[in-house]
Amino acid sequence: MPWDEGLVASLVYDRPDPSEGRILTYAQAINEALSLALDRDPAVFVMGQGVDDPSAMFGTTRGLQQRFGTARVFDTPLSEESMMGVAAGAAMNGLRPVFMHNRPDFVLLAANQLITHASKLHFMDNGQTTVPMVIWAAIGRGWGSGAQHSQAIQGILLGVPGLKIVMPSTPHDAKGLMLSAILDNNPVCVFEHRWLMRKDGVVPDGFYRVPIGKGIVRRQGRDVTIAGASHAIELGMRAATMLAADGIGAEVIDLRTIKPLDEEIVLESLRKTGRIVVVDTAWMKGGVCAEIGCLAAEKGFRDLKAPVARVGLPDIPAPAGFTLEQFYYPDAARIAASARELMEW
Amino acid sequence: MIRYCYKGEGLDGIARLAQGHEAAFLVGLYRSMLRIRRIEEEIERRYHENQMKTPIHLVIGQEATSVGCCAALRTADLVYSSHRTHGAYLAKGGDLKAMLCEMHCRANGCAGSRGGSMHLIDKVAGMAGTSAVVGGAVPIATGAALAAQMKHEDRVVVVFTGDATTEEGVTSESLNFAALKRLPIIFLCENNFYSVQSPLATRQPPREIHRWAAAHDLPVALADGVNVLAVFQATQAAVARARAGEGPTFIEAPVYRFRAHGGAGDDSRMGYRDEAERAEWERVCPIKLLETYLTQRGLIQSSTMARVEAEIRDEIAEAFAFALASPNPVEADLYRHVYAD
Ligand SMILES: Cc1ncc(C[n+]2csc(CCOP(=O)(O)OP(=O)(O)O)c2C)c(N)n1
Repeated sequence: MPWDEGLVASLVYDRPDPSEGRILTYAQAINEALSLALDRDPAVFVMGQGVDDPSAMFGTTRGLQQRFGTARVFDTPLSEESMMGVAAGAAMNGLRPVFMHNRPDFVLLAANQLITHASKLHFMDNGQTTVPMVIWAAIGRGWGSGAQHSQAIQGILLGVPGLKIVMPSTPHDAKGLMLSAILDNNPVCVFEHRWLMRKDGVVPDGFYRVPIGKGIVRRQGRDVTIAGASHAIELGMRAATMLAADGIGAEVIDLRTIKPLDEEIVLESLRKTGRIVVVDTAWMKGGVCAEIGCLAAEKGFRDLKAPVARVGLPDIPAPAGFTLEQFYYPDAARIAASARELMEW
Repeated sequence: MIRYCYKGEGLDGIARLAQGHEAAFLVGLYRSMLRIRRIEEEIERRYHENQMKTPIHLVIGQEATSVGCCAALRTADLVYSSHRTHGAYLAKGGDLKAMLCEMHCRANGCAGSRGGSMHLIDKVAGMAGTSAVVGGAVPIATGAALAAQMKHEDRVVVVFTGDATTEEGVTSESLNFAALKRLPIIFLCENNFYSVQSPLATRQPPREIHRWAAAHDLPVALADGVNVLAVFQATQAAVARARAGEGPTFIEAPVYRFRAHGGAGDDSRMGYRDEAERAEWERVCPIKLLETYLTQRGLIQSSTMARVEAEIRDEIAEAFAFALASPNPVEADLYRHVYAD
């Protein structure tokens, strides 16, 4: 097995109930979204390193080139910055590119075109041009991904005006948010997590959208709020189960979009629980944890019964080695422990 | 369909360039390549045991580039490489035990278990660093050459890259700067025609990579990448220029990786390249070519070959045993070296 595919294949998730509908993996759901978008609108095209190769970007682009042709689904040179600008230029001139990257680390090479150009041009020219493009990447973790292949960069991008960032946690949302992202008239980053790629879930047939900027309550609870997105929700849900065994009711809020943020869903939950643990797949400092912590302090202060708790990555680059990784990445138990501490206040 | 065929001279090329080299030197090159091959094979054989929890990018088939190049370098010269590190590290004299400890995620690995196989480093041997981001090491190596120049050090820098690395803007920018400042650096491009599973033809127009490099106004060379002597000779000439203050050189060496981009085994069967193509290149396996030459000319005896194999086997067995018996890091290790003191 190359890289961490074996690791990802070995992860165990709760099985969805087949009586609730058709079951797809997370990667298949994205594949279906791309296929639908390409089919509906000739302006949509998919580009990225290896989108047409046999591995097909974890399967998300499988069959697309055969179906829609080499002009609309194509491999690119290893030229991230240039290709990001090319995507932006095409978007500014009537197309809707979906630019796929294996990992967010590689998006960083294109920071100039993404942050300083694509995200700002609509504002800079007084709304004359739109830049409807999707930047997709899957966060890596484990098996020696290390400091240069596991960076979750949502926190770094959170402060960039003009950019939207979605981070789905379920196959259903992966499809619905991808379709919304493609239809959005702004640059939208879609950050997935490699550990979710084989997760199963109920995915409706056909076209539907999950709105950008709207979170969802994954589990109701009265005592403590756990808020996050993407793979952090997987851990948050497990933590909630652990807490339930101790008689603590955790409410799990899946933000789904981290920019623009659904502030109301967080504040409403906080009004009920008065306690919040913010979880993220990235560094705690200056990112999603910090931003939501600030939201609680700024707009939910009166409801707080305990300080805000953050569970994310420490202010350290990811180590490659297995043992060090175990110390580095928080797990469900750590989220639960954090929540229990808040209950002591 | 064979997309990328071998265009070198094969055995004839070896015979031509072997003139004037001592038998001991040739046997040494052979031994170095064989050692890398056997180490890679053992890594591959054991990979499924999941003791090496690290990605691997094997250099099986590409041994001649690292060995030929490093044979023209001194210990004080610096080598940087991409994610495909094993060959450069070993050829430059990197410590095998420290490498295997790193790959087994042990505390005494060459990067303290923080780097894994893509970040092999041995500063004593002049294996100066790598980047797992394609193109990432190219400007860093260029900076190392700038430092050597500014500090008036007698030091040449080599950076190993792949064909796809030349598509990164930063590579072009680095070539430009190196040519501008006449830096003592050699860009060694191992053109193995594929970037993961993407063939060169989907990424670059049909012109040779060294011709692209030449546009940056620096001397370029095309060296047969399966001929260790051709790579040695091209590097030697580039090193001489660099030491004489005449600036950088770009060398393109066409080669083939006999295995998948990453992981154990070949993945040609997935359909992105033809197994017949690999078979064609296996016929010009760099190690077999030199071995054939050496045996045909009676420059190596079968008893010597058997001894070399046995020595390598013992060294590898000992190094693996050492790695497996080495300690894991502890939690406190994680917090070290985020900042320098
Ligand atoms: C900037 C960047 N983009 C993409 C990748 C993913 N990636 C890792 S190795 C590789 C192939 C690089 O090909 P090449 O430079 O020719 O070297 P080779 O693997 O053939 O030795 C790719 C695309 C990466 N590591 N960094």
